[in-house]
Amino acid sequence: MQRIGVFICHCGSNIAATVDVERVTEALAKEPGVVYAVNYQYMCSENGQQLIKNAIAEHRLTGIVVCSCSPRMHEATFRKTAEAAGLNAYMVEIANIREQCSWIHKDIEEATEKAIVLARTAVAKILLDKPLTAGETGVTKRALVIGGGIAGIQAALDIADAGYEVDIVEKRPTIGGRMAQLDKTFPTLDCSACILTPKMVDCAQSDKINIFSYSEVEEVKGFVGNFDVKIRKKARHVDETKCTGCGVCMASCPSKKGLNEFNMNLNNRPAIYIPFAQAIPNVAIIDPEQCLKLKSDKCGLCQRKCGVGAIDYKQEDSFVERKYGAIVVATGFRPIKLDNFNEFGYADNKDVVTSLELERLMNAAGPTKGTLLRPSDGKHPKVITFIQCVGSRDVSGCGKPYCSKICCMYTAKHAMLIREKYPDTEVHVFYIDIRTPGKNYDEFYRRAVEQYGVDYIKGMVGKVYNENGKLMVQGSDLLDNKQIVIPSDLVVLATAIEPDPSVRDIATKLTISIDTNDFLTEAHAKLRPVESPTAGVFLAGVCQGPKDVPETVSQASACASKVIGLLAKDKLKGNPCVSHVDENMCTGCSQCEQVCPYGAITYIDKEFRIGGGKTETRRVASVNPAVCQGCGACTVTCPSGAMDLYGFSSAQILKEVEAICKR
Amino acid sequence: MQEITTTHKPLIVAFCCNWCSYAGADLAGSSRLSYPAEVKIIRVPCSCRVNPIFVLKAFQRGADGVILCGCHPGDCHYSTGNYHTRRRMALMFSMLNYFGIEKERTRIEWVSAAEGAKFSQVMNDFAKTINELGENRRLEDLRCKK
Repeated sequence: MQRIGVFICHCGSNIAATVDVERVTEALAKEPGVVYAVNYQYMCSENGQQLIKNAIAEHRLTGIVVCSCSPRMHEATFRKTAEAAGLNAYMVEIANIREQCSWIHKDIEEATEKAIVLARTAVAKILLDKPLTAGETGVTKRALVIGGGIAGIQAALDIADAGYEVDIVEKRPTIGGRMAQLDKTFPTLDCSACILTPKMVDCAQSDKINIFSYSEVEEVKGFVGNFDVKIRKKARHVDETKCTGCGVCMASCPSKKGLNEFNMNLNNRPAIYIPFAQAIPNVAIIDPEQCLKLKSDKCGLCQRKCGVGAIDYKQEDSFVERKYGAIVVATGFRPIKLDNFNEFGYADNKDVVTSLELERLMNAAGPTKGTLLRPSDGKHPKVITFIQCVGSRDVSGCGKPYCSKICCMYTAKHAMLIREKYPDTEVHVFYIDIRTPGKNYDEFYRRAVEQYGVDYIKGMVGKVYNENGKLMVQGSDLLDNKQIVIPSDLVVLATAIEPDPSVRDIATKLTISIDTNDFLTEAHAKLRPVESPTAGVFLAGVCQGPKDVPETVSQASACASKVIGLLAKDKLKGNPCVSHVDENMCTGCSQCEQVCPYGAITYIDKEFRIGGGKTETRRVASVNPAVCQGCGACTVTCPSGAMDLYGFSSAQILKEVEAICKR
Repeated sequence: MQEITTTHKPLIVAFCCNWCSYAGADLAGSSRLSYPAEVKIIRVPCSCRVNPIFVLKAFQRGADGVILCGCHPGDCHYSTGNYHTRRRMALMFSMLNYFGIEKERTRIEWVSAAEGAKFSQVMNDFAKTINELGENRRLEDLRCKK
C-alpha cells in the first residue's frame, strides 16, 4: 500500500496569488493513497526540502507529489531530496501548477480547481510508480567539436588543456571560421588574425587535438558518454601528410578563375589553392568543379610541379569512425542572402557591399591589400553610407525577426577605421536604434560619433539607386522629420546573420532541437544555456544565437568546462525510464525492432516452461537499457502489448487520463 | 436526445511531448500567455508514446476534445517518433470520426520549445472549437461507469 505525501509550493506569490493553496492542500489530503499534504512558501529552498525529508521519515512516505513549477525546472532537485531521505529518486511526481496554471489563469476559483485536478493526476500516476534504478555506463574520454571557428577552437583548446583528446571536424579546408575573415575586432580594434591565428597554431601543435579539416559528420549513433560518430573526410586531392604548403602548385595552376570564398568572392583564386596564408592545416586543396585535370583529364601541371608528390587526382572521400564521450556543436553563421532586398541594389551595383565584404576590402591580406577601393572601378570612395538592420528585426517576412546583435558595433568599427585611415572620407550611418550594451561598447560607439565625426542618421533607407555613377541612398531622417538623399560612392549593408545552413542536418543527426529561426535550442534559456536538450551535446557560438567574439569565447569555454566535467567521470548514470518487455506476451514479431530509432531492441531465443515438465524455446524481444532512450515508440507499436515504458507506463497514463476526466 | 446545457464545462486532454511541446507550454506559462483552464496537459516522453487507447479512454471518460502536440516533423528528439504519431493518429482520428466523434474534436499540432505563443494560440483555438461543438456525448454514452 502506497503512502503518498503531497507538497504544495507557494513559489512566493507566483502560485499562491492565483491558486488557493490551502484549498488544494485540503482537497489533496482527502485523496485515496495520500497520507500527508502540506503547503509551504518555497519547496525548492533548503527549508522546503528539509520539510519534505522530515515528512518522508515521519509519515513513512513511499512517494511524493510536489505541486510546483515545471518538472523541467525542479524535478531533478526533488528527486535528489527524495533520495537523500532514503526514498527511491523515481518515486517523485511533479504537478506543474505554475507554468500550466497560476501563470496563465487569473481567476482564483478556476486556477484552484485546475491545480487540484493537476495534483490529483500526479497522485494517480505516482500510485503506480515503481522504484527505478539507473544503470551505469562507461565514458569515452574523448570529445568531438563540430565546427572549427573561434567557438570550436576555444572549446577544443580548453578541453585539451584539461588533458582530454579532442577532434575538430571542420567542413571547410581550414579552421578559423568567420573570425579569420575579419579585419579588426571591436571594441579594442586589435587585428583579428593577430589574436586568432596563434590559437589556430596551438590547435595544430597540441598533441591532444586532432583536426579533420574539409570533413563532415556523416552519422551519429549512441548516447552521452558513448557516441559513435562516422566522419567523412572529403577528397581534397592532395595528400595532407605530404603537402608542405609551399604554394608552387598554386602558381603553376592555369585555371585561375575560381571565386575566392575566403575573400567573399571579391577576387579569384586558382583551382588548387590554400584558402589563406595562415590556414591550418597549411595544405592545398583542389576545387573539383574548376580543376581541368579532374574535369576533362587535361593539364596535370600541379602534379608535375609538386616537389613532394602530394597531388593525388584519384583521391576519394574516406571515412573515419570514432567514439566520443561528449560533442560540442559550434557550426557558426553566415550573412543572409540578400535576394529579398532588391531596394538596396546589391545585385545590380558592385559598390553596394555587405559588411563582411567590407572587412575583406579593408584587410591587408584581402583583394585590395588593405587599401579601401571600390570594387567597380578601384577608386577611393569619398562618401560612404552604411545601412544598419538589413534583414534584422524584420517582421515583414523578408528578413529575420531577431536582432543580429553584432551589427551596431561592427558598423561603428568600420566607420571609425575608415575615418581614421582616410580622414577626408564622409561617413553616414542609417540606423533604427543603436544597441551597444557590453563592456566598453557604448563608449566605443560614442567615440565614433564624438571623436571621429561619423554622421549617424536615425531612419530607414527606402531605396538605393545608381544615378550617373553615384549611388543615391534615399532614406528618412526621423529626428529632422525629412526625406534625404545621400549621393555615395560606396554603400555598406549591415547584413543580418543566420545559422550556417549545415546546422539543420547536424541537429537531425544529433537529435537536438532548433527554433523557428534555425538557432539550436539550449536545455534551459537561463540556467542551462550551453547544454542542448540531448545529454552530452553542448552548444557554442552563433549556432545557439547571435553573439560577438567575446561572448562566443565565453560560451565555448563554458562548454569546455561542461565537457571536462563529463569526461572526468568514469561512470555515468543512465535514464532508467526505458522500455521493457513482458516476455510472456511477446510474440517475437519484430515490429518494435523496426520502429526503434536506436537499435536498442534485439531478439533472443529463450526457453519457457509450458507445463507438464516441458519447455519450449521462443524468440522474444530484448531491450538494451543502456541504448534505449525511452521514447516509447515500441510500446505503441507492439501488437500484443508486451512492451511498456518505466516511468510512463500505459497503466499510469490511462490513470492520468481518468483523473483528468473525472468530473 | 439530451439537451445541451450552457453550464457544461468542456474538458480537453492535451498530450505533450517532453522535449518540444511541453517546453512550449512552459514557455507559454512563463510568458503569461493564457489559454483556457479546461486544457489539462499530460506529459509523455514523445508524441509517439500516445497509444490510441489513451485517446479512446479520454473520450470514454467524457473528454470533449483530445489534442496531441509534438516536435515539428524532422525535429523529433528521438528522430522519428512524430512520424509514427502522424500516421497512427490520422487513422485513429478518421476511425473516431466514423464512430461519431467529430474530427474537429481531435487534433495534432507541432509546437516547438520556442513556440510559447503558438502553444497558447493553438490551445485557445482548439478550446474555442470544442466550446462551439458543445458537449461530447457519443462515446461517453458507452463509457463504463464504475
